[in-house]
This record gives sequence, structure tokens and C-alpha cells, in this order.
Amino acid sequence: MLTLIRGSGCEVVEVDKSKVRKGMLSSLIPGLSSLSQRGLAGWLVVLGFIMVTSIVVVTAISPWVVPYNPSQINVGRPLLSPNSQFLFGTNNMGQDVFSRVLSGGGIMLEVSILSVMICLLIGVPIGLLSSYVGGIFDRFLCLIMDSIYAFPGLVLAIAIAAMLGRGVTNMAISIAVVYVPSYFRVIRSQVLSIKEMPYVEAAKAAGAKGRTVLSRYIFPNVVPSIVVVATVNFADAILTAAGLTFIGLGVPVDIPDWGWDLTNGSRLLSSGAWWVIAYPGLMIILLALGFTLMGEGLSEMANPRLRE
Amino acid sequence: MTLRTYVISRILLTIPMIFILFTMVFLVIRVLPGDPVLLHFEKQENPAAMERMRHRLGLDKPLWIQYLDYVAGIFRGDLGESMVDYSPVAQQIISAFPATLELAIFSMVIAVSIGIFFGVEASKGYGKTRDNVIRVFGIVTYAIPVFFLGMVLQMVFGLGLHWFPVESRFPHGVDLPSGLAVGGVHFSTGLYTIDSLLEGNVYKFVVTLRGLALPSLTLGLVLSGVFIRLTRSNMFETLQLDYVTAARARGLSETSVTYGYALRNAFLPVLTMMGLQFATLLGGAILTETTFSWFGLGRYIVDRISSRDYTAIQGAVVFFGIFVSFVSLVVDLLYAYLDPRIRL
Amino acid sequence: MVVSQPLLSVNGLTVEYWARRGKVRAVEDVSFSIDKSETLGVVGESGCGKSTLGLSLMRLVPYPGRVVKGKILLKGRDVLGFSASEMRNLRGKDISYVFQDPMTSLNPVKKIGAHFVELIRAHEPRVSEKDAVVRTRKLLKDVGIQSERIGDYPHQLSGGMRQRVMIALAIALNPSLVIADEPTTALDVIVQAKILDLLNALRDSYGMALVLITHDLSIVLERSDKIIVMYAGHMVEYARSEDIYRNPQHPYTQGLLKAIPNVELDEQTLNAIAGSPPDLLNLPKGCRFWPRCYCAKERCREEEPRLICTEQDHYVRCGKYKEGE
Repeated sequence: MLTLIRGSGCEVVEVDKSKVRKGMLSSLIPGLSSLSQRGLAGWLVVLGFIMVTSIVVVTAISPWVVPYNPSQINVGRPLLSPNSQFLFGTNNMGQDVFSRVLSGGGIMLEVSILSVMICLLIGVPIGLLSSYVGGIFDRFLCLIMDSIYAFPGLVLAIAIAAMLGRGVTNMAISIAVVYVPSYFRVIRSQVLSIKEMPYVEAAKAAGAKGRTVLSRYIFPNVVPSIVVVATVNFADAILTAAGLTFIGLGVPVDIPDWGWDLTNGSRLLSSGAWWVIAYPGLMIILLALGFTLMGEGLSEMANPRLRE
Repeated sequence: MTLRTYVISRILLTIPMIFILFTMVFLVIRVLPGDPVLLHFEKQENPAAMERMRHRLGLDKPLWIQYLDYVAGIFRGDLGESMVDYSPVAQQIISAFPATLELAIFSMVIAVSIGIFFGVEASKGYGKTRDNVIRVFGIVTYAIPVFFLGMVLQMVFGLGLHWFPVESRFPHGVDLPSGLAVGGVHFSTGLYTIDSLLEGNVYKFVVTLRGLALPSLTLGLVLSGVFIRLTRSNMFETLQLDYVTAARARGLSETSVTYGYALRNAFLPVLTMMGLQFATLLGGAILTETTFSWFGLGRYIVDRISSRDYTAIQGAVVFFGIFVSFVSLVVDLLYAYLDPRIRL
Repeated sequence: MVVSQPLLSVNGLTVEYWARRGKVRAVEDVSFSIDKSETLGVVGESGCGKSTLGLSLMRLVPYPGRVVKGKILLKGRDVLGFSASEMRNLRGKDISYVFQDPMTSLNPVKKIGAHFVELIRAHEPRVSEKDAVVRTRKLLKDVGIQSERIGDYPHQLSGGMRQRVMIALAIALNPSLVIADEPTTALDVIVQAKILDLLNALRDSYGMALVLITHDLSIVLERSDKIIVMYAGHMVEYARSEDIYRNPQHPYTQGLLKAIPNVELDEQTLNAIAGSPPDLLNLPKGCRFWPRCYCAKERCREEEPRLICTEQDHYVRCGKYKEGE
């Protein structure tokens, strides 16, 4: 039996606040629990978000803001270097590069948004179901997903896009197919670890149906990882869309597109007209970078590495 | 688990994955678009010619027979015939592949070297400027489209400074490296660096390196980000580990602690990552080869896409898949061998 | 009377950590001295700073910690002023360290023998590999390990044997001072006693000084000459072990003594000290121990007490004792 030493001058010990458990809600959505601890990670997310939104906004308002019609040829003499009239110069068809830069993000954004949507609609349910149900079904799916995952992504995307044909939807589909395994894996590892937790078992013992368990216990915990994968998915989709366009599997219609500008510009290298590729290329980098930064920041917030 | 058990189980695992791979490619190329021959003849509707092609390529048989022929063919080394001229795809692949392999090897070497070097540098000062700059560098390089970087390098170093050739693997007018000729038997690998060394021709070797410089630098830079990040975080974790502090406590120099202790243990993950990134590397190689007019397998695929030669595309993609599986198998086995904790 | 200079003399040592949430003084104002062949015990709860103290003697405090004040005089020279190469020379040769967990302190991919050879040749590069191996075998024998084990990997040895290897590495180059940080905590009780005996035997035969860091007061009471009791970074009592046993002056020390179970009694109640150590970022005003002290007075809550010498070689940091009383 424990007796505590008490004497006449004994004071009450102060409750140590840092040891109080945080509320259940904050433990369900890790990362949001201490907003004040965002620090550098938060900055990254904010910065990335600003970059992405600005590009989206610029692209959206471009029809009203462009100085020249981006598709119109010969608004100026071909291959003019940047000057006061044409801020970013003109390309070989006399189109204004600046206008094309402002309006060229549409296709990339469409492709990436579409591919992420497909992945979310297909990949997330499959991932949740498979890992929750387990058994042969799960192992079989795992094998398939691992095989796709192990395969060179770009090669597979190229193959699929080559077979489906050109166009935004087809590009999105090929990217989505390549990316679903990533979602699958991430979801699966999360679900497997949560499945075993005491509070899930308790819920099941109390009679909760599988559907309830999935939607109210498991799903909220999986959300942060999905968000992180989605941002990386966005970034990759943009780069892959650019790559597909470069190979000739892009969009058949004459819409201003950074990827197309790069492809076109690649044939002009010897002319020394660096502005034709530099600015569109820079925009692609900024857009991909924006998503990547968001992804980095969010993943650091969800599970901070290198604690002190 | 003993080493032997691991090796056997790992090899066994590869088999179903390769089969899934074959099936995947088959589905994508033969089943997905419906009729690849129709697609090939896209604009000119020529039923007679289409029928001839279907028959010649065995595409008029029932689907499941086609599948069996296809798989059996792969084991025989037959990857089909090109729609363009009915020549064996396998041969075309074999002649185009060494170029890609050479590019891939050099790019990987560059990527890992940059990655390890900067990763170690970054880990030496956590949170300090050097570390943050390097981290940013790693993130940014990944966001650059590989072909864009290639073009930039071409413009700056090729056209601007004339240090490196802009196009093609080997300059015109010079004989290709021919490899070793011993008593009538000719031996060449197709890798110009090795072939020129085998031939003993230093000039060709140097020229080859010059041609390799820009493409492998491009691909290597884009890939290095992953290695920088991996090395940095591994190094940092390892450097905090007890046995590193214990090593320091014994008075061992910083260099032997960094490179001997920490890096050696951080290296194994790098090795695994090399295997994982190989797939990405090959994907990027396709774009790089197109940018630099490098006549490798990637370029071959792109060409075949524009000529709508679907059987060739199928053969090439299958080859890619098999090769990647093989490489990752080798890497896994190597890892198991190197980590004494798995041994015994 | 001590005529010669003490081997190690520490004065006002203070070590700070810069954590994300603020500055923490893991060790504050610690002073003591050790002579050749003496054993100093450093006792305290987890987090009281004893490990940091040990590491700081070799300047191995990990980032983001730094020594901010004080002097560490080894044979009269201030270690804090040494250059990097002087430190490398010192570590392993003049001062060595035995870490708490031998499993994580040995390089898992290096054979046992290789650890020794590397150590010897790092400090004495002229020694041939053959000679280094010969010395290794002797060292292993000294700590009671069969020399065939020289080719084994750390994971192939038992916990006790690994700790012996660590000790052997520590004495390999005949240091003047060995710091042992909880050398037995990761081991079971029977092995514990053997390891502690081994340390003492080596101390006698090699003539070195030993700093024994532990949370277990009973260990240091029997096996050390002097004891430092640490609490929340402060040194609260410093005296010879007999004096600590017969006349513990700080309430914390008294509590620790009372908490040692007595094997001879049939039944006893376990005495614990109520409460837990303070959060170093949120230290209470005044004496750091007052929330748990059975005789805390008003004065204790206001002023932080200074270290006072209450009798020959006996120092306390407590509000109960004022200069002159």
C-alpha cells in the first residue's frame, strides 16, 4: 500500500496542463489540433495555395484581360523579343506570348482537376473497402495495385493516352489510372492501423454496422492523407499533361496551352527565341510548385518529422 | 528469415506481378480501343488492307487465343511484328534499348551523386540556411518538366556556349564505336561508352561523354530531388542515433562518423529508392530522348505513336515493364544481401 | 588534505536547449570536483539533467543544446576552450563514455572487433591491424567476454555482453575519467550487479575516475565516494556518500532515501515522493522543489535558494539552510 509523505507544510501540486489529453475531435483530425504550431509548414501551405489560386484566377479572367487574342496569328511580326508592345514577345506564328501565358493554364487545370476527381471517386472507395473487408479480395487488389504502381507511370500513361486518343478527358483518365494505386496504398496503410484501434473495436462491440464504422471512425482519419496525396496528384498531373502534350497526345483543338507552346518552341531552339518557351515553362513550374508546396506543408502538418 | 528464403519468395512474387503486367498491357492495347487495326488505318478506310493486316498479325483470332499467343510469344522472345513493315518488334527494341540504358545509368549516377552530396550537406546543419536552400532546391527541381529543363540546358550550354552538342548521340562523320573484335568474333554492347573503351579509342569515348552530358544532366537533375530529401532525412535521423553519438564519444573524426557510420546506414534506403525511381527514370527518359533526339527506346515509342504502330508500342511497353521488374528484383536482392540483419 | 589538483573540476556549468516553445536550462549552475580513482555518483529522476550533465563533460550535448556558462577543467585545462581536434583527441582517450542502451550504441553493421580496431587506430594511427586485434582480445578478456566473439555482430550478443563491450571500448585507451550513463538500467538485476562490480574492479586496476549516472540512489550509496543529487537541472545536494546516508539535508534526498526498500523488513509500505518533476519551460517561482516539499515555507516559494556549504564537504541548495545558521 502506498502512503504518500505528507507533512504540515504540504502544498497542493499544480495540475500540469501540458499533460491533459486533447479533445477527441482534435485527435480525429490530426494536424488541426494546434493551429499555433503551424510554423513553417503552415507557411508552405499558404504560399502554395496563393500560387495556385492566383494562376487559377488569372486563367479564369484571362478572356477579359488579355491585350491580344492569344490564338490570333500575326498580331505582330513573328519572333519578336520582349518589348513594350509585346511583354513576352511573339512566337513563330506572330502570336503574343504574354496573352498565351495568361490564358494557357486552362487545359492543365482541367486535366489535373478531372484526374483527381476520378481518383477520388474510384480510388478512395476501392481503397477503403478493400482494406476494411480484407481477405482474398483485398490481396488480389493489392497485387494489381502494386503491379500498376511498380510500372513506369509515364510509360503507362502514354500507352493509355495513345490508345484512347487525344483530348482532356483521355489525358485525365490515363493519369488517374496511374495514380489510383497511390491513393490505394496510402488509404490502406491508414485503414489497417486504425482498424485495430481500441475505439473502433469498442464501436463494433456496441453493434455499429460496418458502414457506420467506415464513415464515422475510419474515414475522417484517412482524410488528411488523402488530401496530401491529392495535392501531389495535382502536381504530377500537370507535369504529365505537359509531357503528354509534348509527345503529341495533347489536345487537338487550337486552345492556348502552355504545353503546346513548349512543344512548338522546341522546334525553334536554334532561332534563339528563348522567350517562346521560357515563360510558358515558368508558368508550368509555378503551378506544379504551388501544389507541391501545399502537399509538403500539409504532410508536415499531418505528421511532423524531426521533432525537437 | 534467412537470405535464401527471402530470395526465393521475392523471385516467386515477381511472377504473378509480371503476369499482371502482361495482362494489363494486353488490355490497354488490344482491348481498350476495340480494334487497333482500325485505329492504325484511321483516315483511310481500306477494308481489304485492314483484313490482310489483321490476318498477318493474328488479330482476327478470338481474344483469348490472342492472349495466349501473346504470352507464349513473350517467353519465346517474340514481341510481335510492327504494323508499319511487319518487321520483328523485338529486334527493333534490342537495337534501340542500349541507348536508353546508357542514358538511364548515367542519369541515375548523376541523380544519386547530387542527392547524396547535397543531402549530407543539408543534414549537417538542420534548420540553418544551407539546409533550407537545399531543401527548396530539391522541391523545385521536381516541379520542372523534364523536357523544359532539357531545352533550357540545350539553349544555354549547347547553342549559347557551344560546350556540348545539341542533338544526337554521336556526331556525324565519325564511325560509331565498334567494340571488341577478337579473331573474327565481334562483341559490342551497344553502350557507346563501353564499346569505345573496348575498342581502345579514347577520342570516341570522350565524344560519347560529351553527347551524354546534357541529356543525363537533365534527367539526373530532375530526379535528384528525391534523393536529396531521402539522404537528408535519413542522415539527420541517423546522426541523432545513439551509436553515432557513441562513435563521436570515442573520438572518431567527423568525416568517418558522417561517411563511415551515418551514411553507410543511410545508404541502404537510397539503394531501395534507386530501384523505385528506376521506373520514373524510364518515363522521364522518353521525354528526354525526344528533346535531345536521342535514338533510344523512348524515342522509338514516340515515333511509333505518331505512326500509329500499336503492336510495336505494345512490345515496347511490355519490354519496359519486364525490365523494370527485373531491376527492382535485383535491387531488392542486393539490399537483402547487404543488410546483415537479414542474413544468417 | 588534498594537495594535488583534482582530476576534474567543474564550475557553474549551465546547459541550455533551444526548443520550439522556448529556452530550457537542462543543467544550471552545477559545480563539483573529482579526484583520481574516485567515483562520483549523479542521482536524480528522469529529466533532471543528469544525462545532459554527463554529455556536456565531453561536449556531446546534441543540437539544439549548448553549454552557455561555466568551466570544465580537466587536469587544469578548460575543456570548453578546446579546438575540435583537441576534443577528438580527448574523447575516447582521456575521457570516455558508456551509454545507457548498448543495443543502440553499437553500430549494428559493424563487427565487435571492428569497433575496437577502429577506435585504436583512430587515436594511434601507427598501430597495425594485427596489434590492434591483439589488444582487442585482451580487452574483451578483461571484461569477461570470450575472444571468439570478436567476429560477431552486436545483435548476436546478449544485453549484458553488449554492455561489457561498451565498457571495454571505454577503457581501451586507458582514460583518466569514465562517465557511465545508467550503465545498468537496460539490464536485469543480476547482470546489473556484475556490471557494477566490473566497473569498480576496472577502476581500481586502471586507476581511473568514474562518474556513475543513475536514478537509483541505492547503487551509488554503496559504490561511490561522492554523490550529487540533481533535481530539475539544479544540483540540490553534494556530499560524500557516507554523509548523504547519515545526514541527508535536502528534503528531496531524504525522500529518495526513504524510498529505498529495505530487504530486511518483512512488510513495509513503499514511500514515494508525491507529485512529479516540473516542466522546465514552466518552472515554479522560487525553489524548484517546493511543490513537492513537505516543509516548504513562504520563503521557499519566493526565492530560489543558493548553494550553501553546511558542513565539511557537504553542500545543499535549500531554503531551510541559511548562511550563518
